[in-house]
Amino acid sequence: MPGFAANKVENILDEGIEKGGAKLDNKQIEDVIKSVLDTETGERLKIYVDTCVHCGLCSDACHHFLSMGRDPKYSPAGKVKRTLGEIFRKKGKVSPEFIKSASIIASTECNVCRRCSMYCPFGIDVAYMMKVVRRICHKLGVTALYIQDTAHSHSVTMNQMWVKEDEWVDTLQWQEEEAQAEFPKLRIPLEKEGAEIMYSVIAPEPKFQAQLIYQAAIIMNTAGIDWTMPATPGWDNSDMAMYTGDFEIMGRLKRSHFDTAARLKVKKIVMGECGHAFRSVYDVGNRWLGWKRPPVPIIHALEFYYDLLKAGKIKIREKYKKSVTLHDPCNVIRGGGLADKSRYVVNALCDNFIEMHPNREHNYCCNAGGGVINCGPPFKNKRMVSNKVKADQLIATGAEVLLSPCHNCYSGLEDIIGHYKINMEIKFISDIIYEVMEKPA
Amino acid sequence: MCGISCWDWNIGKRLVADISSWEDKFNWIEELHASPDGERIAAIVNIDEAEFSVCVNGETWENIFDKIWFLRFSPDGRLTAIVSEDGEWTLAVDGIPWENRFDYVWNTLFNKSGTDIAVAIQQDAKYSMALNGVPWENSFDNMTSMTLSHDGTKTAASVQVLPHKEGEIFKFQEGIYTAAAGGIAWDKNFINVWNMSFSPDSNKLAAEVRSSLYDYTIAVNGKPWDQIFGCVWEPLFDPSGTSVTAPVKIGEKWTLAEDGKVLWDSKFVQLWRHKYSYDGTKIAAVVAPRFGKWTIAVNDKPWGITFEDFVCDPVFSPNNKKIAAIAKNSDKWVVAVDGKEWENNFDMVWDPVFSPDSEHLAVKVEKNGKYTIAIDDKLWGNECDAVWEPIFNQAGDSILIKTIENNKYYRYIIPVNEIV
Ligand code: SF4
Ligand code: SF4
Repeated sequence: MPGFAANKVENILDEGIEKGGAKLDNKQIEDVIKSVLDTETGERLKIYVDTCVHCGLCSDACHHFLSMGRDPKYSPAGKVKRTLGEIFRKKGKVSPEFIKSASIIASTECNVCRRCSMYCPFGIDVAYMMKVVRRICHKLGVTALYIQDTAHSHSVTMNQMWVKEDEWVDTLQWQEEEAQAEFPKLRIPLEKEGAEIMYSVIAPEPKFQAQLIYQAAIIMNTAGIDWTMPATPGWDNSDMAMYTGDFEIMGRLKRSHFDTAARLKVKKIVMGECGHAFRSVYDVGNRWLGWKRPPVPIIHALEFYYDLLKAGKIKIREKYKKSVTLHDPCNVIRGGGLADKSRYVVNALCDNFIEMHPNREHNYCCNAGGGVINCGPPFKNKRMVSNKVKADQLIATGAEVLLSPCHNCYSGLEDIIGHYKINMEIKFISDIIYEVMEKPA
Repeated sequence: MCGISCWDWNIGKRLVADISSWEDKFNWIEELHASPDGERIAAIVNIDEAEFSVCVNGETWENIFDKIWFLRFSPDGRLTAIVSEDGEWTLAVDGIPWENRFDYVWNTLFNKSGTDIAVAIQQDAKYSMALNGVPWENSFDNMTSMTLSHDGTKTAASVQVLPHKEGEIFKFQEGIYTAAAGGIAWDKNFINVWNMSFSPDSNKLAAEVRSSLYDYTIAVNGKPWDQIFGCVWEPLFDPSGTSVTAPVKIGEKWTLAEDGKVLWDSKFVQLWRHKYSYDGTKIAAVVAPRFGKWTIAVNDKPWGITFEDFVCDPVFSPNNKKIAAIAKNSDKWVVAVDGKEWENNFDMVWDPVFSPDSEHLAVKVEKNGKYTIAIDDKLWGNECDAVWEPIFNQAGDSILIKTIENNKYYRYIIPVNEIV
């Protein structure tokens, strides 16, 4: 049913894209495209474009395609055709209007989730191609306003939500004080050089969800972990610059994160329940700087909880009773291989775990990831409509509670639950641990 | 002030404090900090709900505060901490708070000799710095990248000079940030201003700047270099203060530039953390000659060995002849001197310390959860629960080692030849 729901998802005006596009001229566009394609992409991109036989095998992998009435323009290959395909066909001689539309396609119609490349017989990485489009749009200054603002925040504060340096430390001290009401000797050790672990989070935690820092502190203290948090920039592991194509700021963020860990002389970094940040620290950002692997080992919260439960450092008082299902975030499951460990954790905590289908690395994307939710309110409705398949998948589980070990997924799924009026609560894994763990008397 | 020559350098081991005897006195004891001369050991201690003090060699400060954090000895041996009373914050030096109080205080900075102390302050949602308790006359809507000059006379930071609300991306891109030295903002704005450093005489300030979303360069006293680069890292003045060097990205590779012009012929996958020898004749930098391979380059020539993960700041010997750096391969840290790796490896290594005569190199190391000192690749036989970074005497024949063993704090002076 091509054209399905078109009225809800097309002709969206975004100030960043409109104003950015209005400044462009054709020559500038051609020069930027040439420079990105000639100096930054190499053979890989050309091979992908040349190899795609438009067989459509990837189409059913994409939640946008499935949710938008199987309109081929939302298929992975369709999105490549509408962006890079045109750029190659016209040898870079494309118009400002084209760049505006390419920016919207690459940034709001693809979550760079990489599900489709599992189904392509040639392993073509459409996500990579969409990131090249985003890079071109970034270099032309045509990026959606909200995520561009986030990239600006990153550039100034090294965190994604304009959290000022004093606000960060103050929040940690406030959470420490709050937690001391429950456990009088609890500490959130700041700047403890030589601790085993540096715990890093993303900026929404100090900004809106400080209880997650509180919960992490309780978990760390209960498990007897030698940990610290930095009192300087470098505490935020998140990275929307990776998704706007501002790789220079991405590199600066990752350097700040790893340099902070090295300055604190920790053995590893444990990061909170975030997916995209994992991709940034574990794969994309570190490599841009020249590090083949993270120079300080990074442990995702899921793996950390697994280690704690397995080693008996956290004991379960009574398992969680409500039925739960688990959303597998693309970046930590398909990208990070933590499917088994996350199931161990959920089964250790919960009595009644219902798998959603498909699951593990085949799970459907939340449609928030890849920076799509960060493109903000103008695209929210589109984000809802173009992930109906996720709503159907959630409803089919019949579970009372949805677990989402990723901030972006959490926010996106919360929106989907609201939009489709699904009778389901959403929680982080740490919410459940905090609720069911044995705490020191 | 006569510095380290006045310290007690008599060979021997001395028990300074029995930390276990503190335990009954307080609800909890936070991280321990040893004074540079090793004569004092201190920690923030909790006395009661919202009652904190600092315990030094078993004696608590007379003053009690609602909250204390960031306890640090200055290089000249004064004990500083950020303290709060009645919702106001300031810095306490040896227990005495500065007269000026602020809404928040953080990021204590010392100059090399420790004569001067700076902090970042927030008052009424405006940001500035205070040097030895005296705040800047101007304050700003936001502030980052705080720094203190080598001689301790000037502070600087990246500051926001025009109002900006979240979401105003085009206003931001016109440039609302600049650098302020001593609170005086440059008269040119940039999109971003980051890591900065002062000239040796503190009269000039160089900073990384981004002049459009894509154009990076270095600005000195507000004047950007004529050349634009794909990215830059932290600039440095040469020891004479005449020129500025910085790592710059050209195309997909990094090199070193001086006053805007390319200085090194080699191009690297990465180049950062460059340092001058004391006499200014050499520059060493951390470089990645290939993807995933890291080493030190000296005057454009990389060492023959490479490391997989981290290489930290190069450290010059006082005679400018040797360069040491610590590096990480997988989960092991190593020490390398002039392109040769020590045979010992460690779970963690702290910054290398050369003896004043440049003959010896000492590091604090951790292995299997215990800490000790290594000199010239030889380990001190004593495995401790904690040690601090060692300090050589002026002659370079003795070394001061501070340790915690079984909850007791000891100060050792050991002849270097007892270890090497
Ligand atoms: S959203 Fe995921 S499945 Fe769809 S095109 Fe993008 S990477 Fe492929
Ligand atoms: S499956 Fe691969 S070859 Fe087929 S259309 Fe998709 S990207 Fe092209």
